[in-house]
Amino acid sequence: MTLQTMLTTLASGMLKSIMIYALTLLGSLPLGMLVAFGRMSKCAPLRLIIKFYISVMRGTPLMLQLMVVFFGPYYLFKLNLGSDYRFMAVIIGFVINYAAYFAEIYRGGIESIPVGQREAAQVLGYSRASAFLRVILPQVIKRIIPAVTNEMITLVKDTSLAFAISYSEMFTMAKKIASSQATLLPFVVAGVFYYIFNFAVAYGMERLEKRLSYYR
Amino acid sequence: MDGGSRKPYETDGYAVMNLLEMNGIKKAFGGLSVLEDISISVSEGEVVAIIGPSGSGKSTLLRCATLLETIDSGDISYLGKAAARTEGNGVVYAEPAELKQIRGYFGLVFQSFNLFPHFSVLKNLIDAPIKVQKREKAEAVEEAMALLRKMGIEDKKDAYPCQLSGGQQQRVAIARALALKPKILFFDEPTSALDPELTGEVLKVIRRLAEERMTMVIVTHEMGFARAVADRVVFMDGGHIIEQGDPKEIIDNPRHERTRAFLRKLER
Ligand SMILES: Nc1ncnc2c1ncn2[C@@H]1O[C@H](COP(=O)(O)OP(=O)(O)OP(=O)(O)O)[C@@H](O)[C@H]1O
Ligand SMILES: [Mg+2]
Repeated sequence: MTLQTMLTTLASGMLKSIMIYALTLLGSLPLGMLVAFGRMSKCAPLRLIIKFYISVMRGTPLMLQLMVVFFGPYYLFKLNLGSDYRFMAVIIGFVINYAAYFAEIYRGGIESIPVGQREAAQVLGYSRASAFLRVILPQVIKRIIPAVTNEMITLVKDTSLAFAISYSEMFTMAKKIASSQATLLPFVVAGVFYYIFNFAVAYGMERLEKRLSYYR
Repeated sequence: MDGGSRKPYETDGYAVMNLLEMNGIKKAFGGLSVLEDISISVSEGEVVAIIGPSGSGKSTLLRCATLLETIDSGDISYLGKAAARTEGNGVVYAEPAELKQIRGYFGLVFQSFNLFPHFSVLKNLIDAPIKVQKREKAEAVEEAMALLRKMGIEDKKDAYPCQLSGGQQQRVAIARALALKPKILFFDEPTSALDPELTGEVLKVIRRLAEERMTMVIVTHEMGFARAVADRVVFMDGGHIIEQGDPKEIIDNPRHERTRAFLRKLER
């Protein structure tokens, strides 16, 4: 295997890792908000169900969750979901896992906003929805950026867990090449890739944090 | 201003519709009864000061009047429109559309300002007029600037609340409430969170509003201010209105022992 083919193979793995990353955020950031609302709902049964869901997501290994999502439909329901399902399973597994973490971050953020903010908005005539969107949410976003950044950095590294169900992302490819070619080079490339990826994420989030630092 | 020359509760023969009417208000938190059968009405142009010891239910009364707290029993109406009324043994609040209209009648100034920290001063003033009342932006800005001028802080229009002193923040909060053109403005200890040297600037703008005959209900511990500005003083204790009337009479010659005890304590 030439260096060129090795790098091309690794590059396709990188693209897939980035894809997992982007789709996971796209799904879990908004889903986390819904989960947070459920967690804070006045309806006790809903609140309990959501609480249980969050505790399972945070209390079991993500790798195991990926396997359950991927193999579950077949073993439990004898469903054959075709070859595209591997990627779907990766995304579903990551999204439902990260949504649980984001939900708890959102909840903490929402509960940290002084109740006077909501009351002021209510007296000024804002509807519940616009009070949340215009008054509460912008302040929540500012407060949770550090915690969200943490999760986003962890997610970069977690994308490698997709190897558990043999999805051909960066780490899976590196491992494959390393063992067939007896070289550590793919791991070096992978390490550099994850580091640069995280560097970019951290940089972007820092910029966002600065942009929101115009008020306390 | 001379409170004696103005007696809004004398009607000179014609009927005055009360701006605010609260009747038989009861409110308990858990087992703790905080308001016990409170009735109070406020007519247009009247300035009412509510005084009383800590825990007597003053804030709770304002929170019930401004619909932040639901009452257990009684009636609340603004300009004859029922916001809440007792039917049988339950309280019925008006329909959402009607409540929205009623909310437009009053404003509330909080002890802790509660400005929106992510909005500039100007945006704090224009956001609700534009988003809630659907007013034109240009008009809202113009009126907001006039209010800031009146409050003496027009140069702060682009500042953020965290860059202002407490006294300036409270004046912004008053302007924010006025920007919605309420018919009645409630204040819950508007100067209690301020350093003594800053209370004066806030009391001055409230006094000026009183001179313009803005209807106001002010919970305050500033007896000198209540005496000078209010048309009527209401003394509350233990969830009851103990006595009310002309500020000078109540403050200088209280009839009830509890009022006397309260005022004596303040002097010390
Ligand atoms: N949300 C609440 N839950 C439980 N108890 C409450 C609540 N709000 C007020 N109380 C209680 O109701 C009583 C009256 O409180 P309130 O704040 O109306 O008094 P206040 O006259 O405004 O006193 P202060 O002068 O200290 O502001 C107090 O005993 C208070 O602890
Ligand atoms: Mg109070």
